[in-house]
Amino acid sequence: MTTLTLPTRRDEAYRYSDIDALAGVWPVAREELVVAAGTSGTLDIVETGAATVARHLVITLEAAARFDLRVLLAGPSFGRIAVDVRLGEKADFTMGAAQLATGHETVEIVTEVTHTGLDATSAQIVRTVLAGHATGTYLGRIAVERGADGTDAGQSVRAMLLDRTATANARPELEIYADDVKAAHGCAVGELDAQGLFYLMSRGLPPAEAKRLMLQAFIAEAFAGAANEDMLSEKALARLGAIL
Amino acid sequence: MLQIDNLQATVADKPILKGLSLTINAGEIHAIMGPNGAGKSTLGYTLGGRPGYEVTGGSVSFDGQDLLELEPHERAAAGLFLGFQYPVEIPGVSFVQFLREAANAQRKGRGEEPLSGGAFLKLAREQAGLLRMDMDMLKRPVNVGFSGGEKKRAEMVQMGILDPKLAILDETDSGLDIDALRICGEGINAIMRKPDKAVLLITHYQRLLDYVKPDFVHVLAGGRIVRSGGPELALQLEDEGYEAVVA
Repeated sequence: MTTLTLPTRRDEAYRYSDIDALAGVWPVAREELVVAAGTSGTLDIVETGAATVARHLVITLEAAARFDLRVLLAGPSFGRIAVDVRLGEKADFTMGAAQLATGHETVEIVTEVTHTGLDATSAQIVRTVLAGHATGTYLGRIAVERGADGTDAGQSVRAMLLDRTATANARPELEIYADDVKAAHGCAVGELDAQGLFYLMSRGLPPAEAKRLMLQAFIAEAFAGAANEDMLSEKALARLGAIL
Repeated sequence: MLQIDNLQATVADKPILKGLSLTINAGEIHAIMGPNGAGKSTLGYTLGGRPGYEVTGGSVSFDGQDLLELEPHERAAAGLFLGFQYPVEIPGVSFVQFLREAANAQRKGRGEEPLSGGAFLKLAREQAGLLRMDMDMLKRPVNVGFSGGEKKRAEMVQMGILDPKLAILDETDSGLDIDALRICGEGINAIMRKPDKAVLLITHYQRLLDYVKPDFVHVLAGGRIVRSGGPELALQLEDEGYEAVVA
């Protein structure tokens, strides 16, 4: 499906993209990764620069392979991370991602996770924080092929809007052709809890600090258990400080 | 220390406080009692500066400052502590981290040096011990999974750590079993019964006042204080009910 033609917004996977910005980096090279049977790997994608970023990862997990991917997308005027994953028998894929944007920035993560073998497990946790006129999108498709019984696929998607002018798009999608499948997914877009904020402020935290503390906890869910959890949290926090 | 003069406040445009006046001096413990819907919690939230509680008249002076001009965090730094009737759960934020940041934000507001990590933990351990709370509980997310009694004890631990001049405690006794009530009562005495501090207890019942003896008892009804007296007034209320005493 390698195409050199610049997509348009009529293309579902690019419906919320900043196409003008994308044109500047098009075509996007596919970054292919194969995790050999029985082995495991990790990858941190940290994009905190201001320049446009578009990446497309294609990850193949052979039988009983494990892969842990963490993504921090915080800074680019347009940032897009697309990840296609194919899981073989008993493979395990985890993705924890945080997107933070403000101003007129557009950030998006697009995943397509395909279970091809028996008893594979996958989980995606995506946390998005948006201020100003920013747009943040997560398109997450899970496909379970015929015969991929015993699949356990989870998706937890939450976005926090700090201003009413920001936009969050979330589209979880399930396509299941096997019988014995567990697929739990939750998706929510909201604002910071006003009661919690008042509680923290009543103890002496200035409003920006109270918000930072609550958002830090919100984002932490994406990086929990990562090998480089501290580094990822620290970088996310630095960006959060700039946004608030 | 606190002078409330003819305070009027609305919640969602509905008048709740209708000309409440009260003076609290350093070294005093006051109790406000009253029937449901009298405006007790509204008084606490209004003094704490909760958004949505709008002051429409009157004045509140705290240590010579206009309290109503201050943001909630500035009120805390000025020495006001609000104990919540329903402490809020904040997933993912640990008590220790939050309280250290809160304590240091207050100190910064007062132009004091921040507490080091070690000094803070020592203080937290002391105060947790006072309320017989396991220090490990303070490493957990704020109030998450705490029982009603644990939440109230955690409020008192926070009060001990933040060391306010004036504590407004909104139904600290609700949801407590007998032992927890005694522990909280003793905690309030240990932390706040000092010549330079004061307490405003908001409560429905006499039982907390068995442990924390008030100097003054006020009856709040219909958004204003309708009667004031000494500790005997609380006993009279317990015997005769609000209706008889307020009438």
